[in-house]
Amino acid sequence: MSEQKQNAAHPEAAHGEHEHHITPPGVYIVIFLTLLAFTALTVGASYIEMNIFNPVVALAIGVIKATLVVLFFMGVKYSTKLTKLTVFAGLFTFMALIGMTLADYFSRAWGRW
Amino acid sequence: MSDSPAIANGAAVAEHHEHPPYQRHHFESVEQQADTTNFAMWLFLLTEIMFFGGLFTAYLILRNWYYPAFVEASHQLNIFWGTANTAVLISSSFTMAMGVWSAEMRKKGTLVLCLVLTFILGLVFLGIKTIEYKEKIEKHHVPGFHYSLQSFTNPASDPEIYKEYHDQPMALDMARHTELYFFLYFAMTGMHALHMIIGIAILGFMIFRARAGAYTTGHVTFVENFGLYWHFVDIIWIFLFPLLYLISRHQ
Repeated sequence: MSEQKQNAAHPEAAHGEHEHHITPPGVYIVIFLTLLAFTALTVGASYIEMNIFNPVVALAIGVIKATLVVLFFMGVKYSTKLTKLTVFAGLFTFMALIGMTLADYFSRAWGRW
Repeated sequence: MSDSPAIANGAAVAEHHEHPPYQRHHFESVEQQADTTNFAMWLFLLTEIMFFGGLFTAYLILRNWYYPAFVEASHQLNIFWGTANTAVLISSSFTMAMGVWSAEMRKKGTLVLCLVLTFILGLVFLGIKTIEYKEKIEKHHVPGFHYSLQSFTNPASDPEIYKEYHDQPMALDMARHTELYFFLYFAMTGMHALHMIIGIAILGFMIFRARAGAYTTGHVTFVENFGLYWHFVDIIWIFLFPLLYLISRHQ
């Protein structure tokens, strides 16, 4: 209500790319249940022998869960382009740092085993 | 001309438009203020990602170097408590998200209820963590002068773990590195728990303020940004749980 009044009084505010988005409880409930299901899935998967794929599956499920939390619980899906860019830039920098560091350490003894 | 006092005054009045008391003067609109605060909160969370990222990187490198030690040491963790804590933390994220919704819908009673539930679930998480820490203290698995290698040089002496994993005895030079696993275990879960304690303290303050009607007047920025912090702490646990508890069960 007050937002609409605000926008009517100041048309320039209406041109802002972002109006406050309210995520309905239904979305939160679905995401909550999905997160619980993925938790059960990752624990179940850890009891199955998959050799090197155990960590791969566990981390893949972790990434899916984290993505759901970031997009819906943290509302990045409905946020401004600035916030989306910030989150992406942070993730990219983190992946570059951890990726290059691990590539260095894991390849030091390459071909010498 | 524009230097006429009447026009200048008119311009000044137009400059200083009506706005709600919670809008700072240097913002054009409430939306702009909210977006700016949201951006700042995310910048803070990025520094937190880098901080925990260093710990995660150290864990992955050392696990790769001292693989047998890290695998056997992680067999000491209790999957039941880890899973229970994951469920507790996800539930607390859900109640926090519902708290943000309550504030947006200006439902004071629901907001207080959601914040109290989040507060309680946070305490439950720390309680379960205490049970796990206590077990490690009793087994002398806390790094330091009293650290004991017995569970790793002679796994059969630790029947509860042995009957599940049947680990082979490790040579002393590799068994020593289990202490490194527990150092990282306590550093990572300890830093995570510290974030929970700070979050719970802020939640206590927010419950107090919400009861006085603070966040249900259309100004939800504080609840929203605290929600971001709380969900971030949840995300850290979403990665700690598989890396510490799950990925070494079969190795």
